[in-house]
Amino acid sequence: MLSDKELQDINAELAHAATKASASVDALNIVQRHQGWVSDEAMKDVASMLDMTADELDAVATFYSFIFRRPVGRHVILVCDSISCYVMGYNPLLDNIKNRLGIAFGETTEDKRFTLLPISCLGACDRAPAIMVDEDLYGPVTAETMDGILEKYK
Amino acid sequence: MEQPLTKNIRPDQEPLSVKDYEKAGGYQSVRKALAMPPQDVQNIVKASNLRGRGGAGFSTGMKWSFVPMGTDARRPKYFVVNADEMEPGTFKDRLLLEGDPHQLIEGVIVSAYAIEAEQAFIFIRWAYKLATKRLEQAIKEAYANNYLGKNILGTTYSLDLRIHGSAGRYICGEETALLNALEGKRATPRAKPPFPQVSGLFGKPTIVNNAETVANIPHILNNGPDWFKDLSRSNDAGTKLYGVSGRVKKPAIWELPMGVTVRELIEEHAGGMQDGYAFRGVIPGGASTDFLTPDHLDVKMDYDSVAKAGSRLGTGTMIVLDDKTCPIGFVHNLIKFFARESCGWCTPCRDGLPWLEKILRSIEEGAGQPGDIEILEQHCKLLGPGNTFCALAPGAVEPLQSAIKYFREDFERHIKEKRCPWKIL
Ligand SMILES: Cc1cc2nc3c(=O)[nH]c(=O)nc-3n(C[C@H](O)[C@H](O)[C@H](O)COP(=O)(O)O)c2cc1C
Ligand code: SF4
Ligand code: FES
Repeated sequence: MLSDKELQDINAELAHAATKASASVDALNIVQRHQGWVSDEAMKDVASMLDMTADELDAVATFYSFIFRRPVGRHVILVCDSISCYVMGYNPLLDNIKNRLGIAFGETTEDKRFTLLPISCLGACDRAPAIMVDEDLYGPVTAETMDGILEKYK
Repeated sequence: MEQPLTKNIRPDQEPLSVKDYEKAGGYQSVRKALAMPPQDVQNIVKASNLRGRGGAGFSTGMKWSFVPMGTDARRPKYFVVNADEMEPGTFKDRLLLEGDPHQLIEGVIVSAYAIEAEQAFIFIRWAYKLATKRLEQAIKEAYANNYLGKNILGTTYSLDLRIHGSAGRYICGEETALLNALEGKRATPRAKPPFPQVSGLFGKPTIVNNAETVANIPHILNNGPDWFKDLSRSNDAGTKLYGVSGRVKKPAIWELPMGVTVRELIEEHAGGMQDGYAFRGVIPGGASTDFLTPDHLDVKMDYDSVAKAGSRLGTGTMIVLDDKTCPIGFVHNLIKFFARESCGWCTPCRDGLPWLEKILRSIEEGAGQPGDIEILEQHCKLLGPGNTFCALAPGAVEPLQSAIKYFREDFERHIKEKRCPWKIL
């Protein structure tokens, strides 16, 4: 079941949407902001609000990289794997993060604290290698600064 | 040296409030534009020679002139800002979005008025959270001061502006894919024609312009086409946001006259190569541009000059290849990106890019075979312009085809020695 706040936010999008379906990505983003991911149940609920079938909506959802169809940890670490970061030390940085957390891309730590994912160029190439944790951008990130960064996210 | 686009961006990049922005001369171009017929605004922009900063460099005034005008035009008409900025190595629009959101909004109002649009969108990428927050705040302020909404500044013109936060995927930046994304669909590109100017969002006349393009509009209106042309050191008008990243001393973005040379950017502005690193080449305008080499250091960074040198100005943000980075690893990284981001709509791109990725990976890992370079070259042709549904695949093979041309010995050495010569350094 969607929460009252989610319903309210989605309805606010629908109020000015040219067609119901055009609010699909906005609605999925809203659910994800509240729940962290989009479950099958939420998919059905949102689909019915948009006069779409759950499959139609899922076809949209799965096209986009950052609609999560599986649960993620409390914090999501996005490591830029594009060219400037590659040149500036992406590989050793990724090894460092993987070793610290004991997980690979696409995995979540056992305590559900972190999920690790790759992301394309963060638009912070002058601060490469760059990462994003939840909504915060960091760069250049070194083995040393990584300690302090992770500490901030419990 | 004038820097109209960045003059209000403070060192800490905290944006100006609407009041401070007005004090700095902001929103004057809206008053000026609304006092003239839309057609005149179009003519001024056309006369300025502004070329789109999204990568293709198409004349902005010309693009606007294809929009049906007057009472017979189908409505609503739409104006869309492309702030997707997912091209690897590109970090220019973020500066404008975060540092001076009101400048962008001012540009949107004038541009939308010029094509008589009643609805505008800013399509912004998922990862630009800070930019989204600042734009939301600035849009609120603009509504509160009647720069947006009904009867702007007491005129008959009304405009609604909304932000659409993307959910990630490079192809959303391709303008017709972007329109599908805005319609809540899978973001596959559309066939052209019909062009969006005539049949775009929801089948209505639509203009899509890059964020940097739009940020130029207020200044062109305020100061006129001749002023704009005089900013430049070449045939292409205006200033440009240029960026350098990679192993240089001071990677950054600068607003400079159009037409500065590659050498000036790397040696003066970026402070030259880091100690212990030598320059081998550069992709001048983001991930989908051909390499330039030490022979090209004096090429001017404008559309025509870079094209003459065999590459593209693209986004004007360059990535430097140094002598401690394997060129095969470099292009492998690029092709991996494009293979991942292919939308899968057409076969050559969907199947060809992963194939290229596999070959490059095996060469890099020392498992390359004689004949692999020829297969790569063949694919570069098969994925070139005209063979795929959109420009993603042709863009993807630009750095690869030029890497084979300029760094062929490195490819051959990997295959012959069955190892990456850079791995043991
Ligand atoms: C695969 C692909 C991705 C693109 N990504 C962007 C982008 O992120 N931002 C952008 O402004 N243009 C992007 N473009 C170019 C747009 O299709 C379009 O040409 C541009 O937004 C037009 O704006 P302009 O005329 O102001 O340059 C992309 C093109 C392709 C083929
Ligand atoms: S070239 Fe690639 S990205 Fe473009 S339509 Fe074809 S599959 Fe999609
Ligand atoms: S390549 Fe990593 S931020 Fe641009």
